[in-house]
Amino acid sequence: MNTALISLEIAVLLLALGVLLLDLWLPAENKRKLGYVAALGALGILVASFIWLPVNATFNLPLQAAGQAAVNVPVYLTLPTLGDNIVLDLPALFFKRFFLLAAVIVLLMSAEFASRIQSGISEFYSLTLIALAGMMFAASAKDFAMLFVSVELITITFYILTSFQRNRVASLEAGVKYLILGGLASAMMVYGIALVYGTSGTMNFTELNGKALALADKPIFLVGLLLVICGLAFKIAAFPLQIWAPDVYQGSPAPATAFLAVGSKAAGLILLMRVLFSALPLEFVVRWKGLLMAMSAITILYGSLCAIPQRNLKRLLGYSSIANGGYLLLGLAALSESGKVAVLYYLSGYLFTVLAAFTVIAVVLRATDIEDISGLAGLNQRSPLLAGAMTLAMVSLAGIPPLAGFFGKFLLLKAAIDQGSTYYWLIAVALVGVVISLYYYFGVIRAIYWSKEPADVSPLFVSLPLKVSLGACIAGMLYLGIYPAAALNLVTVVVRDWK
Amino acid sequence: MLTSIILLPFLAALVILFTPRNYRVVFRGVALLATLGSLLVATKMFLGYEAAEAGVGGYKFIEKAAWVPSLGINYFVGVDGINVGLIFMGAIVAFAAACVSWEIKTNEKLYYLLLMVMTGGILGAFASLDLFFFYAFHEFALIPTFIMIGLWGRGENKNYATFNITLYLSAGALIALVGLIGLYLQVPAAQRTFDIVALTDYFRANPMAANVQHFIFPLLMFGFGILVSLWPFHTWAPLGYGAAPTATAMLHAGVLKKFGLYGLIRIALPLMPEGAKDWLNVLALLCLGNILYCGWVAMRQRDLNQLIGNSSVAHMGFVFLGIASLNLIGVTGAVVVMIAHGLLAALTFALSGYIRTQTNTLNMDEMGGLLRKLPFIGAALVMAMMAGCGLPGFANFVGELSVMFGAWKASFGHAKWFVVAAAWGGLVIGAIYMLRAVRSVLHGELSDKWNSVEDAVLWRKTPFVLLLAALLAFGFWPRLLTDKIKPSAEAIVKMATSGKAVALESVKR
Repeated sequence: MNTALISLEIAVLLLALGVLLLDLWLPAENKRKLGYVAALGALGILVASFIWLPVNATFNLPLQAAGQAAVNVPVYLTLPTLGDNIVLDLPALFFKRFFLLAAVIVLLMSAEFASRIQSGISEFYSLTLIALAGMMFAASAKDFAMLFVSVELITITFYILTSFQRNRVASLEAGVKYLILGGLASAMMVYGIALVYGTSGTMNFTELNGKALALADKPIFLVGLLLVICGLAFKIAAFPLQIWAPDVYQGSPAPATAFLAVGSKAAGLILLMRVLFSALPLEFVVRWKGLLMAMSAITILYGSLCAIPQRNLKRLLGYSSIANGGYLLLGLAALSESGKVAVLYYLSGYLFTVLAAFTVIAVVLRATDIEDISGLAGLNQRSPLLAGAMTLAMVSLAGIPPLAGFFGKFLLLKAAIDQGSTYYWLIAVALVGVVISLYYYFGVIRAIYWSKEPADVSPLFVSLPLKVSLGACIAGMLYLGIYPAAALNLVTVVVRDWK
Repeated sequence: MLTSIILLPFLAALVILFTPRNYRVVFRGVALLATLGSLLVATKMFLGYEAAEAGVGGYKFIEKAAWVPSLGINYFVGVDGINVGLIFMGAIVAFAAACVSWEIKTNEKLYYLLLMVMTGGILGAFASLDLFFFYAFHEFALIPTFIMIGLWGRGENKNYATFNITLYLSAGALIALVGLIGLYLQVPAAQRTFDIVALTDYFRANPMAANVQHFIFPLLMFGFGILVSLWPFHTWAPLGYGAAPTATAMLHAGVLKKFGLYGLIRIALPLMPEGAKDWLNVLALLCLGNILYCGWVAMRQRDLNQLIGNSSVAHMGFVFLGIASLNLIGVTGAVVVMIAHGLLAALTFALSGYIRTQTNTLNMDEMGGLLRKLPFIGAALVMAMMAGCGLPGFANFVGELSVMFGAWKASFGHAKWFVVAAAWGGLVIGAIYMLRAVRSVLHGELSDKWNSVEDAVLWRKTPFVLLLAALLAFGFWPRLLTDKIKPSAEAIVKMATSGKAVALESVKR
């Protein structure tokens, strides 16, 4: 059995179990520090992925063990013993590393946030790692069974993570809402998968790709696919299943929200991309162009318009996350290579931006417990680093040069304009969304710098690991915005290797 | 050379970022030094322009470095007759703006940091010959503008003004961005580039399809138009300038606002002659809204800053008229007005800022007789107001006269009536509100409450003297500007009017 393909996932699961085991021997006051161990472990796996699974178009390592001639083995490798359902192409690797990086930052954040979680902090770390494993499986999913299993692995762990602050009603409420809507989405998805399997006779994306055009007129097949897309839209927080995001974002513990905003959204996106670009031929997907465009437009407008009156910071970011899901869908709707490149680039910038914002929120919340935007008042006096990071994050989300968000939005717009006049209305909607978003992102900046009288100006303590992770986020935002050439080339290579 | 002009303010911003926050003298000193350095280099460039060797496309002082090769984005700066004067003017205004910032007393570190970023962005936008950097530098300068208005702004309308100006200008910039990306995508995939020189060459050889031009030109015209306060999208301007701190108003009204006009002249006209043919009629009509309507509004103002803000919007009408006339003298005049108005707007906002620090009000009804207490500032204000209504001897006269000559010869319908209306609006209405302002601020009874008002001491006169000197110099020797502008404007007008292949001799001459 070729376990090399899932070696990263196995390592992550072992790490999760290791954290649980270590918990048994550690005295209570030191359990918080397990978060650093978990983060270091995830970082180690991330580094290892570069050493043992080198990124280039013709990497050959996994099959060398099987005694084949060493070179030029295609990147696309299947794992027969697992039922031909795992793919390890460059996009899969890209997303796995993306999730690992996100998890490292989220774990560091959790270790800081631990004081606000009453009990079972080790389980929190462990569950974060298990969700991470689910996301990494999702990146490799090659058939509907794998898709469903990985989505469930992510969703079920998040049911627990969102309601982890058991003493807070809001957190429990978030968990219940996520459970009900998540269950609904899973039901829709599994029903859709059943319909697709029933009509096409296959679960495998590659086989389905060959059969889809012949089935294009069968309503049951189309309904099945539609249901699958709906289920994935739930993960991306896109229309029609976006309604949960603000409530859950608001109620969940900040690190869980951060991982939900970055990891879970990206996992939904890679799966949607697999369904659209691997499981279905392009001639088939072109017919659904209008559907994708409508989903994108409604998601952008819903997120942007509803964000305007929000005063709760996490809720605001929930709506912002919906709007950003819409922009990502806009890149998918372009149905072109440059669209996929833009999506991956945008997502990379989004990772640094959102994690920086949530890290700041986690620190501020630990100190004050005020989730209102006004809780940020006077932040520039309490901690210039936090104020700077939050400002950069908001400016980047608003899409202003020279930060990552600007170049990402630029690529998305370029990809859409390139597709010709049918996309012009969608571009107009996106521009409306961007202008509205300036209003609420600047509202946050305004709260930091020019609120009337800051209630509390005591300095905020930021620990060294957090300084490092905030520094990494800021560096990432600036790097992707100021020197995009290298990252853009990398992303282009990744997209060209699409299987 | 150009890179150092742009880089000095950015380096100053970095120095300020890493200086502890109680070193106030350092912030101010670094900002003054950096803008002075930029000004000196810009002066050297301006004076050495004729002698410099022309590079690709007739541009001089070219510097180029690849940035994102896969998309055809380069860091590419260079000047021709059109932007050399604008950069010089921008450097003067930047230095003057740093000088007048002594009025800022709170959170100076952030203030000077933002001021330097704004300055660098402005100078970079006018120096860029790459569409991407052209746009990004402008956007980079806009954000500090918003934050500065929000943080150090004045008046009870401050918050409303901040959001108004942010949303208006961002919307304008985004509309223009779509137009620019659309332009970029008109080139076949293999040759795609954001290089303005290469794009110009490409579209000279292969003109764009007429229907595409009809679509992209209005995007640029209205996108850039919003940035320049084209009527009826001008409401942000008086509001924003009324609330902005002095230096921000000077830099934005003086220099950054000219970005949209510069974009129209540099990009929209030469690359889309067919679109220009149809849409410039509309522009000519709307610019009358600027000249007449905003002039009338300015007449009604009782607040000095509101008056200056509205008159600044009205002056933009002349530039639009010059662009719409689409002939050599009109476009040349438009560029001269851009430079002259940049200096003038900076001067008037600096003066009103000074008066405000002394009197704590800008309500003209409360003032009066201030010339007795403020001989220098008052005299400068009289000169600025005279320049504003087009008195010969100031650079504004040269530009506005050329624009009217250009419009007289223009091809759009009833062009001559437009000139009459513009002359009436600019010269008669302008004279009324300017002279009335002079009367109510400087003459009449001196109220006792202004006994504590003091005139500017020697070193605080520097920015005013500098700006006035530049206005007079360009007014008496307009050839300093026009000799540089003419060849470049000629090439642009030729491309814009023929739409077919035009030889580049006129530029290389």
